[in-house]
Amino acid sequence: MMGTSILGLAWRSLMNRRGSALLTILAVALSVALFLGVDKARNGARAGFDNTISGTDLIVGAPTGQINLLLYSVFRLGNATAEVSWDTYQQVAARGDIAWTIPVSLGDSHRGFRVMGTDQSYFEHYKYGDGQPLRLSEGERFGDIYQAVIGAGVARELGYEIGGEIVLTHGLGAGGLTDHDNRPFIVAGILAPTGTPVDQTIHIPLEGMTAIHVGWESGTKNPMADTITEEMIRSFDLTPRSITAIFVGLERRGTILSTQRAINTRPGEPLLAIIPGVALGELWQVTGVVERALIAVSVFVIAVGLVSVLTSILTSLNERRREMSILRATGARPGHIFFLMVAEAGLLGFIGAVLGVALVQLGLVLLGPVLSQTYGVQLQGLGVSFTDLWTVLAVTGAALVIGMIPAITALRRSLADGLTVKL
Amino acid sequence: MTDTPAIKIRDLGFAWPQSPPLLDIAGFDLARGEKLFLRGPSGSGKSTLLGLVAGVLEPQSGTIEVLGENMTGLAGSKRDRLRADRMGVIFQMFNLVPYLSVVQNVMLPCRFSAARRKAAGDDLAGEARRLLARLGLSDEKLLARPVTDLSVGQQQRVAVARALIGGPQLLIADEPTSALDADARDRFIELLTEEASGSGAALLFVSHDGSLASHFDRSVDLAEINRARATA
Repeated sequence: MMGTSILGLAWRSLMNRRGSALLTILAVALSVALFLGVDKARNGARAGFDNTISGTDLIVGAPTGQINLLLYSVFRLGNATAEVSWDTYQQVAARGDIAWTIPVSLGDSHRGFRVMGTDQSYFEHYKYGDGQPLRLSEGERFGDIYQAVIGAGVARELGYEIGGEIVLTHGLGAGGLTDHDNRPFIVAGILAPTGTPVDQTIHIPLEGMTAIHVGWESGTKNPMADTITEEMIRSFDLTPRSITAIFVGLERRGTILSTQRAINTRPGEPLLAIIPGVALGELWQVTGVVERALIAVSVFVIAVGLVSVLTSILTSLNERRREMSILRATGARPGHIFFLMVAEAGLLGFIGAVLGVALVQLGLVLLGPVLSQTYGVQLQGLGVSFTDLWTVLAVTGAALVIGMIPAITALRRSLADGLTVKL
Repeated sequence: MTDTPAIKIRDLGFAWPQSPPLLDIAGFDLARGEKLFLRGPSGSGKSTLLGLVAGVLEPQSGTIEVLGENMTGLAGSKRDRLRADRMGVIFQMFNLVPYLSVVQNVMLPCRFSAARRKAAGDDLAGEARRLLARLGLSDEKLLARPVTDLSVGQQQRVAVARALIGGPQLLIADEPTSALDADARDRFIELLTEEASGSGAALLFVSHDGSLASHFDRSVDLAEINRARATA
């Protein structure tokens, strides 16, 4: 009764100074929002990345950094610097300890979306999340060399439907001169949303990839390219000469390390085999330094927010001497005055922290779609979390502790002033 | 218990830090239910004496008994409790907490004292309104206004209602009429003494204005009982 009654006083007192109280609350809210935003971006990105590939034991590509290979093959970030020859791919695929392989060929784009050449094994073996397979929401897998299966994000963004035509662009440019306009693709299927870069990808058969590059062997369009008829192309051997990466599933997961070592040390064309989870772990180690720096900075920003709580209460004390002596005269004990001040600080901290949590949630609702659109990775685990509650508690607790400074000042003054303030 | 005086002061000595003695009172008594006018010019130590009686200040020597309790023998928290439970205080001006409504201001002592809360009954707001009505403040529109919008006279009457809530046995008023004009002053004192009589509380009313003495049972000049003359 006593406690709630003083809390009520503290609340009314804050409302009486709501202008400065709001600014203080805003300072706390923004600092908490920064802290939680950094934390959520970090955890959300990790969860999102971790969910992108599952069931693939090894990724094999030309020698490069393992993070680099992972980023361009799975997340479509960056570019491959070298390729794996088709013969080598065949040798790897033929290994006894390997159950299945998915060939992946990257390099072209369509209106900003990456194009990936692959084969039917992709639809059978590629898994994401906790082992979910890819599912077609409309249409069917590609059957002909000029058919494409597009991700849910591509379909939504570009408004494509089954039967639509797609002109691919050589490389990752904006289109125009480097369009493969002589060989359009037909949309055969649309994948159900996955929340992974698959949504932002256009999948075509490897043979199609080879076909559109007939006449492009030098890297630009040969003037004679348009004179090659479709019949001529179909009569060619369209097996690609090289691919970008191979996703590998093992017969038994137990051989993962020995298979990886065998591929990495095999004679002939040098290869790099990586374990997706290990490569991700290395990526998080690299980003961890930056994350920790950001977290440290945002903790300091919270401290600044708490100092503004202190400032706002301390500056109010002078104009409130009369109020304190009235409270004393009507029966408030020093403990009440102390509790009143501490409660005001605690309220400012608590409301600020809760508002900060709300700001972050609002920001995620508004910015989440933009992030997943841009990076193809959905931030995950974004509801109100244990960290949010913990942060609110910690900030409120810190504000209560800080509130003791003005509380002691007010206490001393009210004891010295007696019943009448000499103004 | 009730045959002990409301206030009993013996050989009281008080000085502010680094100052000459301000109060030196051999004896002073206020009976239960008595309404006493204490006159003294400003700076004569009236407010200090009230602070001592209210228990927010401690004398260097002597004893002060209030409502049968020896204040000088009590710890600070006990004195605070005694004031909260059994005294009502009215200031010169700015009596009200600016962020509370009129009724909440009147109920304020009940926030700090369970005894006052209990004495005021279950319906605290109703009791506050009853007291306000007796003091001529019953207009709902007036009660709904921020206290800072009330006239000084209205604010002082709210302060009286606050001092009265929960039936304290001792009312202390420190120049409560100094900011009022003559008409309002007389009406205010009539209301205050009437309410004090009605509740049976003793009233210690301090002012520099000797013309008010006629409203009270008894009048005492502080200069007559105070042997310290350092300030004057």
